[in-house]
Amino acid sequence: MTEFLQQLLNGISLGAIFALIALGYTMVYGVLRFINFAHSDVFMVGAFVGYYIGRHVPEHTLWGGFLALAGAMAVCALLGVIIERLAYRRLRGSPTLNVLITAIGVSLLLENLGQFFFGATPRPFPELFPVTTFIVGGVYVSSNQLVVIGVTLGLLLALEFIVHRTKIGTAMRAVSLNPKAASLVGINIDVVISFTFALGSALAAAGGILYALNYPSIDPLMGVLPGLKAFVAAVLGGIGNIPGAALGGLLLGIVETFVNGSADWSSYKDAIAFAALIIILLFRPAGLLGRFTTEKV
Amino acid sequence: MPSLRSRLLPALVSFVCGAAALAADDPIRIGEYGAFTGKDADFGIAARKGVILAFEEANATGGVLGRKVELLVEDNQSKQGESATIAKKFVSRDKVVAVLGGNLSNHSLEAAPVFQNAKIPMVAITSTNPRVTEMGDYIFRVCFIDPFQGAALAKFAKDTLKLQRVAVITSVNNAYSVGLSKVFREKFTAAGGVIVADQKHNEGDKDFRAQLTAIKAAGAQAILHSGNYTEGALICRQARGLGFTGPLFGGDAWEGPELVAIGGAAVEGTYYSTHASAESATPAMQGFVKRYRARWDGEIPNATTTLGYEAALLLFDALKRAGTTESKALRDALAATKDFPGVTGGITIDAQRNASKPAMIVVVQDGKFKFVEAVQP
Repeated sequence: MTEFLQQLLNGISLGAIFALIALGYTMVYGVLRFINFAHSDVFMVGAFVGYYIGRHVPEHTLWGGFLALAGAMAVCALLGVIIERLAYRRLRGSPTLNVLITAIGVSLLLENLGQFFFGATPRPFPELFPVTTFIVGGVYVSSNQLVVIGVTLGLLLALEFIVHRTKIGTAMRAVSLNPKAASLVGINIDVVISFTFALGSALAAAGGILYALNYPSIDPLMGVLPGLKAFVAAVLGGIGNIPGAALGGLLLGIVETFVNGSADWSSYKDAIAFAALIIILLFRPAGLLGRFTTEKV
Repeated sequence: MPSLRSRLLPALVSFVCGAAALAADDPIRIGEYGAFTGKDADFGIAARKGVILAFEEANATGGVLGRKVELLVEDNQSKQGESATIAKKFVSRDKVVAVLGGNLSNHSLEAAPVFQNAKIPMVAITSTNPRVTEMGDYIFRVCFIDPFQGAALAKFAKDTLKLQRVAVITSVNNAYSVGLSKVFREKFTAAGGVIVADQKHNEGDKDFRAQLTAIKAAGAQAILHSGNYTEGALICRQARGLGFTGPLFGGDAWEGPELVAIGGAAVEGTYYSTHASAESATPAMQGFVKRYRARWDGEIPNATTTLGYEAALLLFDALKRAGTTESKALRDALAATKDFPGVTGGITIDAQRNASKPAMIVVVQDGKFKFVEAVQP
């Protein structure tokens, strides 16, 4: 029982990070109907910004940790806006495939720039937050796992609030529903889309830092695998749907952890995760929470 | 047609002779490939520093066979598939006489067939998987092989650490790790120990909590991780985070400054087996450590560095005995190496083209690597 609870906790903390990255995929898809493959590399940049800020703030302090988190989110929000302005805006209205290929190009560009500037050697990531381990009924809970779950939950609620309770959120949903009609009623589409990218990239940066806190070795290709998993999580939950992305991330993290913990099946963990995806999509083609007609942001 | 051939042949012969005459004044070109960037870069960089020192010393004393030796270095970026491309480049463009490297067995296994086909002798530095030299009679190595290392680790776990119940974590797509785990499992069980959990991960994985939770639940006293230091350091951290207090140990792929940089306090008291220790008291080793520290800003050489240096010395020795850079003669000279002093002790190349020596067990203490004992299974 203790082992089961421990694995469940391991799975939830892994899934929370997938969920955080998945939110960024799903939001950009919701508004623009395209997959921003550069998202996982913004995640990497976020971790590196956190690394550099982390060298200038004291380790093991709450304010230092949140400063690095906020700094990385701000830098990546700007990066997201710049990427959209330079790479995607000109392609708006062109076939989806063109934008998709451009996104892959931006992704490779970021990875190679990362290797050029940061070097390909993995670096140890500083311990930004105070680290303690709690033992609850035989289950070991590290404070970093709690930070991951807490920050993900907080950002998820903030996102729900922004999308459903604010003016810009209403504008985002309007653009998502019908861009032309939205601009006819006076919504500045450029601003809305820039904001979407800023928000999504900030979430990626937060994901990057939380990931690096739990797995403190960072390199320019660190985003590739979690990015892929998060994309799967977004599709699993119903791409374009915010609670769906969170649910998909959690499910994927938990399934992967339990498969990993069983000695006989652990080499097939990716195969099993993807098989689960295929089966769910066979029965619910729009994902767990996705509906074809629902409003999507 | 005979007339054409008779006219062409002398021209060809004179061209070849001309090229040979030119080559006599040129430096002897030797290639080195390895992981100099990327996740396994510690191995490559360490080995290259030893190799560079050997080349500089050789050139300072008049070179080899009266010619300078030139080192051509290619980086495989720790990526699978790159080593074979580099090997082809060395063969067709650089026309090297011999090759040093690689470090990881996976990389050596990719490059070895290319060198074997081109009949260019390759001396692997830290590739301990047995299959590496089985690729052909032009492939050598200066280190022990996994069956030997696995047996040494099993003996250390059983006799020195007095362990009874051990868990094994294997990196499934790493040839070295799979081989090492297999031998350890056999030898440790044969000695009366029990493998309580057999867990796996993929290269580049970062989350091992699931495997470690299962291991803890299985009641293991200690954990053997047979993969590389990047994963090893994270495993140590996560194991301590989950409240696992027993010792962790690994093979020679655990060696590297990154183990401590990433692992921090969690790698304190962990053990690994390796090829050489700078604390070994032999005059040859101490002389090397002194020269090495003078060259590289006081840095203490690790086993990979020592093997890189020895690989270069072994090659120079074979070149001298062969008296030529011709590949067949060089291969035969390498194969005939017997009791070459080197740094770590008499190196004899056996019939399988391996060099066998005792394994050194090292412990991490206060962030430094301390020599524990030499194990000969």
